Order: sequence, then C-alpha cells, then structure tokens
Amino acid sequence: MNFVIIAVIVLGAIGLVSAVVLFVTSQKFAVREDPRIKDVAEVLPQANCGGCGFAGCSGFADACVKSADKGSLDGMLCPVGGQKVMNEVASILGMSSSDSVAKIAVVRCNGTCENRPRTAIYDGLKKCSAINACGAGETACGYGCLGCGDCVDACMFNAIHINPSTMIPEVDEDKCVACGACSKACPRHIIEIRLKGEEKRICVDCVNQDKGPVAMKACSVSCIACGKCKKVCEYDAVSIDGNVAYIDASKCTQCGKCVEACPRHAIDSVSLSSKCLNEEVNKL
Amino acid sequence: MKTFKLGGIHPSEYKLSAEVATVAAPLPAQAVFPLSQHIGAPAKPIVAKGDYVKVGQMIAEAGGFVSAPIFSSVSGTVVKVDSAIDATGYRKPSIIIKVEGDEWDSSINRSDQLELLSSHQKLTSEEIISAVKNCGVVGMGGACFPTHVKLSPPPGSKAEFVIINGVECEPYITSDYRLMMEHADEILVGVQLLMKAAKVDKAFIGIEENKPKAIELLTERAKDYAEIDVVPLKQKYPQGGEKQLVNAVVGRFVPAPPAIPVSVGAIVQNVGTAFAVYQAVMKHKPLFERYVTVTGKKIKHPANFLVRMGTPMSQLIDACGGMPEGENKLLAGGPMMGKALTSVDVPICKGTNSVTVLSGKDARRKEPQPCIRCAKCVSVCPMGLEPFLLATLSSLKEWDAVEKECITSCIECGSCMYTCPAHRPLLDNIRMGKSTVMGMIRARNNKNKK
Repeated sequence: MNFVIIAVIVLGAIGLVSAVVLFVTSQKFAVREDPRIKDVAEVLPQANCGGCGFAGCSGFADACVKSADKGSLDGMLCPVGGQKVMNEVASILGMSSSDSVAKIAVVRCNGTCENRPRTAIYDGLKKCSAINACGAGETACGYGCLGCGDCVDACMFNAIHINPSTMIPEVDEDKCVACGACSKACPRHIIEIRLKGEEKRICVDCVNQDKGPVAMKACSVSCIACGKCKKVCEYDAVSIDGNVAYIDASKCTQCGKCVEACPRHAIDSVSLSSKCLNEEVNKL
Repeated sequence: MKTFKLGGIHPSEYKLSAEVATVAAPLPAQAVFPLSQHIGAPAKPIVAKGDYVKVGQMIAEAGGFVSAPIFSSVSGTVVKVDSAIDATGYRKPSIIIKVEGDEWDSSINRSDQLELLSSHQKLTSEEIISAVKNCGVVGMGGACFPTHVKLSPPPGSKAEFVIINGVECEPYITSDYRLMMEHADEILVGVQLLMKAAKVDKAFIGIEENKPKAIELLTERAKDYAEIDVVPLKQKYPQGGEKQLVNAVVGRFVPAPPAIPVSVGAIVQNVGTAFAVYQAVMKHKPLFERYVTVTGKKIKHPANFLVRMGTPMSQLIDACGGMPEGENKLLAGGPMMGKALTSVDVPICKGTNSVTVLSGKDARRKEPQPCIRCAKCVSVCPMGLEPFLLATLSSLKEWDAVEKECITSCIECGSCMYTCPAHRPLLDNIRMGKSTVMGMIRARNNKNKK
C-alpha cells in the first residue's frame, strides 16, 4: 500500500515540477509570429514551387508582410495564383495591390527534326545537362534544344511537354504559371519568361550565336543576324546582340512586319485570339 | 612487380600500332589553333588577319599564370581569328592559318645531335622553368596542365622526387611507347632537366610490363644516370592516373582533393612532357608538334605520326587508309577516357595523344539494365568510391550527399562503367554530379573570400 502512495506522490511531484518548468520556458522563449503571416499563407496556393523567388509559400507570406510594413506590395507576385491571389493578399494586409502583367514560358528554338538535320548519334545518358556538358549534341547547332526534357522534369504544373514529332518542348498556355523552373533547368537557357500578350505574341525562335554561314548550315530556321527585322521595325523593339536578334516584348506592338521580313522564318507569331476562337468553336 | 593497391581493371590491349615506326604527317593545307588547348585561362591572340607567320612563331600569348602561349606549327598567312569547332564539340575562338611552304623560325636548333646536361651545367632551376613557360609546354598525357605551374609547387609543400609516366595504360594508344623507343636519350635528359627545375635528386620512370622493349631500352640507357630509376609495373588500368602512379611507384596515398601529388612529395610528368621540356630548353623549340597514334580495329593501316598541331584529324585518318564504312565513333584519346567527337575536322591539339576509331558494334553503347547490386563497380574503383551510390544520388540531384561521398575524388577513369554487367551509365551521372558539386564548392569559396 505504502509503495502505491509513494509512487503517486513522487510521480505527482515530478509532473508538477516539469509543468512549472515547461510553463516558464514557454512564456520566456515564446516565438511571437505575426498572425498576418498565417492568414496570408492560407490564401496562397501552397504549391511551394519557389516561382516567386522565395523559399516556398510561407517564405513568400513572410516577405509580403514585411513588404506591406514598408508601405507597398510592389514587385511581389505569386505566379501561380496570379492577380486574384495577390488581391486577396492585399486585402488581408489592408493595402491596394499593384497591377501585374501575365507572363509565360516561351521556348526559343524551332530546331525540329525537319529543320535541323542530325549530324551525330548520342547514346549516353538521356539528360539535357549531360549532353550539354559533353558536346554540341546530335546536331551541328551548339545553342539549340537538346530535346531530352530537363524542363519537363522541372515543371511542377505539368505545363510543358516534348512534342514527339518535333522533339521540341511545347508550353501549355493555360497551365503555365511562369514560375521559371523550366528556364532554370534548361542548360542552354533557351526558355524565356516573356510577357504573355493579349492577342498576339511575336518572338525570335532562335538563340544561335554563331555567325551567319555557320548558323545557316546547322538549321533551316536559324537567325543569321541579317538585321532585316531591325530595319523594318518602327518601334525600336528589335536588338541584335551576339549574332542573334531579340524582340523586346514591352516595345513590340505585334504589327508583324518583322515576321514577314525574316528570310529565315525564324520569327514566330503566335496568335492567341485565334487560339481562343478555335477553342470556342470547338465548344460550340 | 609493383602496382597500385585499390581497384583497377584489365581491358584488352589492342596496341595495333606498337611496332609501326613514327613518320612525319604531311603538312595540312590549313591549320587551326584553338586558343584554349590547356587547363586555365585561354591564350590571347597576338596576330591579325593577313599577318605572315613562321614555324615556331608565337601566335597567342598566355592569358594568365595558369595558361600557356600557343605557337604556329606551320608557315603561312593568318586567314582569320574566328571560331572553329574543337574537341569539346563547340565552336571556340581559334586562329586559322593558310599554309605556304615550310619556313622555320631561325632561333630553333633543328639538328638531331643530343645535347647533354653536363655541357650546360650553368642552367638554373629558374631558367629551365622560364624556358618551359615561354615555349608553351603543357602536360602531354592529355590533361594539358601547364608544366611551369606544376614545377612551382604551392607554398607549404616540397617536392622529393619526379615520377615520369611511361605507363600508357589506355588500350589502343602507342604514341608514348614509340616516343620512348625512338627518343630514349632525349627523354632522359628531359627528366634531368625536370629534376633540376623541381630541385630534387631522384626520379622514377614507371613503365607497364606490356612494353618489355621500352623497359629494356630505358633501363640500359639510364645506367649512365645514377639518379634515374626505371620501375617496371604490373599491367593494370588506370595506372597512368597520377595518383595511381604515385601509389604504384613509391607506395604513398595522395589524400582527397584539394591535395595533389606534390602534397606527398611527388611531381608526376608524362614522358611526352619530358621530351617537350628537352626540346624547349636545349633546342629552343616551342611545343608545336607531337606524337599521335591513329588506330582502330577497322582502320587499314594503324600508325604513329609526328603531327604539326592544327592538322585536322580527317587528314590523319585519310593517311591511314580512310574512315571505315558504316557507323563509326571517333575519339580524341583512347576508348576508356577519350572524348567522342562530332566532326572529323577537329584539329590535333597539345593534348591529343591519339585518334581512335571504333566501328560497328563497338561504336554503340549497350542498352542499360537495372542495377543488380553486384558491387563490381565498388571493387574496381581505383579511388575507393562507391560509383553506384554516386550515380544514383547524382541522378536524384542530392548534391550535398554526393559531396559527402567524396564525388570530387573521382578521376573519371570509367572503370566502373567498363565493368558494369548491367551497362549502366554510371560515369555520365557521376560526371554531371561532380561538375555541379565543383561549381558549388567554387561558389562557396568565393562567398567566403568576400
């Protein structure tokens, strides 16, 4: 009988002392987190993709709160949630959200199997980064797409796929959130995060920096830096740097003159409205 | 007989061109000199379009301390300083020269007479190193590390001996063997010069037992040089790796990077480098030609050439009877560590010891199968690593884990992939992981410096 009482008293005493210690430490060392961080994190998509440039959604929420304390939410954008989520974040933090523009990943290579002849056979590890490290790849173009899909592996939104007939990745306009993971994964830096545009999007689909004659031999749709697009552009949107033309999307008015002028058909015009129309027609 | 302790494999030899005497390759119509033929900063061109250059004239100066100048191997007019395809498969800045005649720079001593060190006793260590530096001599075994840098050990480490690499453990290649057979005396004087430059008084020449004639010849000629020992080694790949060679010859282990052989007192140089040092110091002849083996089972006449650098490989293959029909794999180097090329127009550079053509089924890899956990790769790894683990972790992008598993120690010898019964692309994955980890370490060091 005595043993039972002693055990109860001893255990009770240990429990009491521990409770006091725990209470004191929890009060003294408590981490006080701004309750707004939790609120903001709740409206975020929780994809933890890192597309915003911070370590996951909680990191972004923390950054949003800090930025709001400084007075504005400029430059903060969750590419997955887009404007809708940013409006919600702004209302939680009692701010007006800044307008953002939609962006999308654009694959700047059109070196399909037909356009770019194969000059060698590669039978090593099927990864773009491995091929890039050991040579120019299966074609004579040392800048173009390697077609093994490092970008596909990097995408967390299932928005990019290799087209088996061209062996070039294609971006799904609806699924892409412009997080930039594919762009970082591409060892040849072909994928660019560009303004999405409303009706049309015009882009040079080539990054080959070789001089004209060499680029011409490697691929039938390569940019040879002839400068015709630059001459014809009335809005100063085209620049030629390192033997390749580049169109500044913020200056481009989608007039389409460069597309017609390009002798190599290297400038691609994607008509977004016709795509939407087609979809509507299909629905009907 | 000595050999290194850990791992190693025994690939078939195929030394097809071993007894074919070296001949001078015909002059090319146009020579191409990539500006990056060595480890370190690329050289800076000092000639322009339209300039006339002579054989042995400097056309690009060193781009830093770890760099080497480049010399013209032909006389003629500079066509352009532009990009041209090199062994990396990419177009790199190069100097292109149209060949006209064969006019040599007058400062080069072209006589074949042997110059002994005893008649040049006044030469100092600094004079030898500066001659080596000014003549653009780099490691001729393939890595192309500038020789003057290797001869100036970092502070805190002291060289005790020079080890000369006459192992040539790669299958097919015979260029070093031919050099030893044809220029044994010059190599021995070169070794003396290397010893004097490194301020050491002992040298070993390691030669594998599959070259008995070379062992016999060098042992006999080395009788006059008390400080040079010829060490016959048991045949095993990759004995030509410098860490393996140090272990085989003197029994010391070189620790993991950043340690280098000189950390345990050894300076390792190739026989080709010893010959180049002899020519640079005694004959004032810069490095612009080298011994190259052109070989392959289907090549009609495998041969050894003394080639002027900048000669396109296609010309050498044509001189051996042309490219075999069907599917071929062209390698700069041997089948184990050579680099597969996408063009036959790649020029011979300072590090090109062989042009190997693999034909038919040798040209293709076998289909990879799942790993059966046999651990053969672990038992053959000469660095004591676990290749299957490194390859898997690299493919999963576990960079911190591969760094802990010492991926930077890998010498990329390919023994693991050679021995793998499932034909897994182990080295492809390891190489990818190694380059990523090296990049991470560099970024970290730069950050710490700041």
